[in-house]
Amino acid sequence: MLVSLNWLNDYIDVSAYSPEELAEIITKTGIEVESVEPVAEGVTGVVVGHVTSCVQHPNADKLNLCQVDVGEETLQIVCGAPNVAEGQKVAVAVPGAVLPGNFKIKKTKLRGEASNGMICSLQELGVDEKDVPKEYAEGIFVFPEDTEIGADAVSELNLDDLIIELGLTPNRSDAMSMAGVAYEVAAAIDGTYTLAEENVETIDEKAEDMLTVQVDDPDANPYYGAFVIKDVQVGPSPLWMRNRLTAAGIRPINNVVDITNYVLMEYGQPLHAFDYDRFGSQTILTRRAEDGEKIVTLDDQERTLNSQHLVITNGEKPHAIAGVMGGAESEVQEDTTTIILEAAYFAPSVVREASKDHGLRSESSSRFEKGVDPNRVERAGKRACELLQKYAGGRVLEGNASFDQLDRSEKQVTVRTSVINDRLGTEISNEEMADIFRRLQFVYSLDGEQFDVTIPTRRGDITIFEDMLEEVARIYGYDNLPYTLPEGESQAGGLTVNQQLKRRVKAYFEGAGLHETITYSLTHKEKAVMLVSPEVEEAAESPVGLAMPMSEDHAYLRLSILPELLESLSYNVARRQENLAYYEVGTVFISDEQEVTKQPSEMLRASGALTGDWTSHLWQQEKKAVDFFVVKGIVEGLGDQLGLSFTYEKAKLPSMHPGRTAVIRHEGRIIGFAGQVHPKLQKEFGLKETYVFDLNLEELFRSYEKEETFRVIPRHPSVSRDIALVVDEDVSAGAIEATISEAGAPLVKDVQVFDVYQGEHLEAGKKSLAFRLLYLDPLRTLKDQEVEEAHEQILTAVKDKHEAELRG
Amino acid sequence: MKERLEQLKQEALQKVETADSIQGLKDIRVEYLGKKGPITEVLRGMGKLSKEERPVIGQLANDVRENIADAIEAKQTGLEDEALEKQLEEESIDVTLPARPVKVGGPHLLTSIVEEIEDLFIGMGFEIKEGPEVETDYYNFEALNLPKGHPARDMQDSFYVTEELLMRTHTSPVQARTMGARNGAEPVKMICPGKVYRRDTDDATHSHQFTQIEGLLVDKHVRMSDLKGVLNAFAKQMFGAEREIRLRPSFFPFTEPSVEMDISCKVCGGKGCSVCKGTGWIEILGGGMVHPNVLEMAGYDSSEYSGFAFGMGPERIAMLKYGVDDIRHFYTNDIRFLEQYHKA
Repeated sequence: MLVSLNWLNDYIDVSAYSPEELAEIITKTGIEVESVEPVAEGVTGVVVGHVTSCVQHPNADKLNLCQVDVGEETLQIVCGAPNVAEGQKVAVAVPGAVLPGNFKIKKTKLRGEASNGMICSLQELGVDEKDVPKEYAEGIFVFPEDTEIGADAVSELNLDDLIIELGLTPNRSDAMSMAGVAYEVAAAIDGTYTLAEENVETIDEKAEDMLTVQVDDPDANPYYGAFVIKDVQVGPSPLWMRNRLTAAGIRPINNVVDITNYVLMEYGQPLHAFDYDRFGSQTILTRRAEDGEKIVTLDDQERTLNSQHLVITNGEKPHAIAGVMGGAESEVQEDTTTIILEAAYFAPSVVREASKDHGLRSESSSRFEKGVDPNRVERAGKRACELLQKYAGGRVLEGNASFDQLDRSEKQVTVRTSVINDRLGTEISNEEMADIFRRLQFVYSLDGEQFDVTIPTRRGDITIFEDMLEEVARIYGYDNLPYTLPEGESQAGGLTVNQQLKRRVKAYFEGAGLHETITYSLTHKEKAVMLVSPEVEEAAESPVGLAMPMSEDHAYLRLSILPELLESLSYNVARRQENLAYYEVGTVFISDEQEVTKQPSEMLRASGALTGDWTSHLWQQEKKAVDFFVVKGIVEGLGDQLGLSFTYEKAKLPSMHPGRTAVIRHEGRIIGFAGQVHPKLQKEFGLKETYVFDLNLEELFRSYEKEETFRVIPRHPSVSRDIALVVDEDVSAGAIEATISEAGAPLVKDVQVFDVYQGEHLEAGKKSLAFRLLYLDPLRTLKDQEVEEAHEQILTAVKDKHEAELRG
Repeated sequence: MKERLEQLKQEALQKVETADSIQGLKDIRVEYLGKKGPITEVLRGMGKLSKEERPVIGQLANDVRENIADAIEAKQTGLEDEALEKQLEEESIDVTLPARPVKVGGPHLLTSIVEEIEDLFIGMGFEIKEGPEVETDYYNFEALNLPKGHPARDMQDSFYVTEELLMRTHTSPVQARTMGARNGAEPVKMICPGKVYRRDTDDATHSHQFTQIEGLLVDKHVRMSDLKGVLNAFAKQMFGAEREIRLRPSFFPFTEPSVEMDISCKVCGGKGCSVCKGTGWIEILGGGMVHPNVLEMAGYDSSEYSGFAFGMGPERIAMLKYGVDDIRHFYTNDIRFLEQYHKA
């Protein structure tokens, strides 16, 4: 809502405040002032001049040589505007004048003729292109004939006005009018304002004799009033009115349209004027449109209607979409003499529906949608009649033809001072409370500390106690509320175990050298089901998609974090950031339904993606690219953090390198996977060798047990033994390790591979694996013989299970 | 014999003095103090001495022995130190050469901000609650006083999955769920951070996915002044004690009265500049007293219980606090952006 300060000042005296102070007060009491800006900035030295003669420039076809009386002198000015003519009153920038953009006017010569100033268009004076009336859009502005010569054009054109832009919240539609703003400001600054009574002189004919009104759907249209005005002369509206409309961001058109718009801005009540002679009947019937019915609206668009829309008809065909836009056929034109002026109440939902369906949001529809003041509908019609009489030469018929089932009753809300204070934390007295209601102009009756407050219909947003709580608080001043802390029983705040674990996992990854990312949960269908961990892959057959996505790139919910992580790597690599180690902890979405009907389960996972160099210490000639074992190390470290141990099993997974991928298990259950991304997919993302991991954190957190006992620190030395085994090359180190641990239990505490060999010293198809075994009994020193026995058992076991031979 | 010993001593000390290697000293030790050395010889010849002389000479011989041994020791230590010093000199390195890098990652800026806020409220006794990102229409809208057809639903056009399921448009449904689980009897004191989604085209100031963190306190006798006190404490800790806060009336369907909180502009200190659009204030969060309809729907008697709620956007806070100029930076994960805020 754009509020002209000059206009507002007409209703309520705000001259005691600077614009900044006023903005601050309005903001603090309830309506945010978004900006305060002058209509046109930096214009000086522009006066009203009278063009006494206008002849063609001797040396230029398109220029005119004008003599302009500016009061104190007559200036010769060369003017190129196509509409300049003798006798006009125009805006003249005299030498020394300054126009927007610090453009200084000087005496000059144009094509050999002296030009001592400039005749200005509105645009040149800083008026926004869209607010310039059409007839002046291509040329200079012409003042009404009675404008005083030599007067300051800046104030004549209201260019010295300030525009306050209010950011209205949906509940404060009462401030979508100058009257509403004036009531609000009056309450805020403790000033006085009441909307003045309308003053219409009517002729001795009755509107009812020229029209009847019928309403088909009283719920959608509880009130329809039609005023009739005869002998209207369509022409320009007075300059002050045009100025105010311009200030409000509405382009002036002609006096009839301008008056309906002016009252719209003044009262907040949309009105519509039909040409009586073009309406085609003496009956106004409002009804629901028929499906497929058509109307050509004011903007010359043919629109197809349906039964959701309410139309104003002449009994047969529609002449307006109620509250949204009038029809072209009965539009007021230059030759219009008799007008039907509509002042109606249309139900908010009906207007909202129609304005949405037709993509038409106008000053009118936006007010109807929020609900207009039922007690101001008819008054607005009268106000327009008053202005049509004054400024369009109209003769107003008595009364109006109407249909009326409108509820105009005022609601009551009861508040008790003690309850208000209890809820606000204040100590407001009955007297202060009464004063707040006086400022708001709410009538009340008081019984003890109980106020029965009558809410004026202009404030349709107030219906319950809490609404009154807000009214009291905002007029009392949010600033004046004390600072207190809640008094309830104290509780220990904190993180749940899983929340703590999540933080610990993140801290671990970061300590391990990974950067945290946050990527989008909504992704492309293809990516939603890519790189999905085996334990949830079934759900990938039916990913959850949006009903109406905005783009294919964000249409499905991810089942894996990895594809978007690869996207992030790709983004960086394309920018020559090639050594990357990323992780993300986030949810993936799992549904077991083909057609989603219930919420998918949301599973917390941790994923990582690494590419480029892992270590690089150039001057020592050390450089190592990321490989499988780097990623495995990170996963193992996480296991250590959580006290969990994992096993790895080579696997072939879609989109993964078939020879460098492992599924990861914890206690037999799959909890994720790790490995190299398939080279084909790497290529699609523009990546070199890239390794990933993906873990089911929820499963890991379930297995986590807090360490709550003390284990004895061994006081006795351990014994270490090495063995080198020769096995078939497809026997995995992990399998042998498991066998050793099992057969060596309980004395073998640790098994480490320290050498892997395959080559000329061995038979083809064989490899040698060397292990270092650590034997320990925490309570005593081991005897050689015990170690020997355990060692023998191990050798037997690996031979039985893996055909492993001791390397000679 | 006395003279002999004195002479040996002088001779030995002279040699020690001029020795220039550890080996040289060893030789001196063997030569003078060894079993076949001259002092041993002197001692062997003591049998020829008188009873009176024997202890005197014996004492003298031991003193000479000790003197020589001490001198050797001292010289040896000196020589060893010298050698070590020389060796260390040779081992010297150029300490200005680059270090072997230790890989260190770090948190995303949004995580840092969310955790900072979480910790501030945990300190005030709040718990952290989480909820589903795919939410039911009921919890996302209806339970929050936004029935079907409510005009405020326009304010947050949503990504629907089905007619009844959608990507949550705020984290408020977590509040509705938490309240609902308390059977209308126990107090609630919670913070809920999380991802939210709206039908916006991604550009410098809009993102179809973003982060929210909301708070809720429901109890008997909760006052609006409590909201003011808690938010004041939060803002001073989060943005600095020198920043002023102000509350002003606003509107949200789930709170009444509603507030928006501004903090004084850091750039101009409240005088007005381009960052704060000349107002001196920057909007930081919205909140208010929980609407009685919301309390009632969650099972609380709104005449007995009251509460306050508030919500803010970590992206916005990050943009204000660090001057991040484009919301898309949070989701493209440019390494140069991520690394910048590891100390945040």
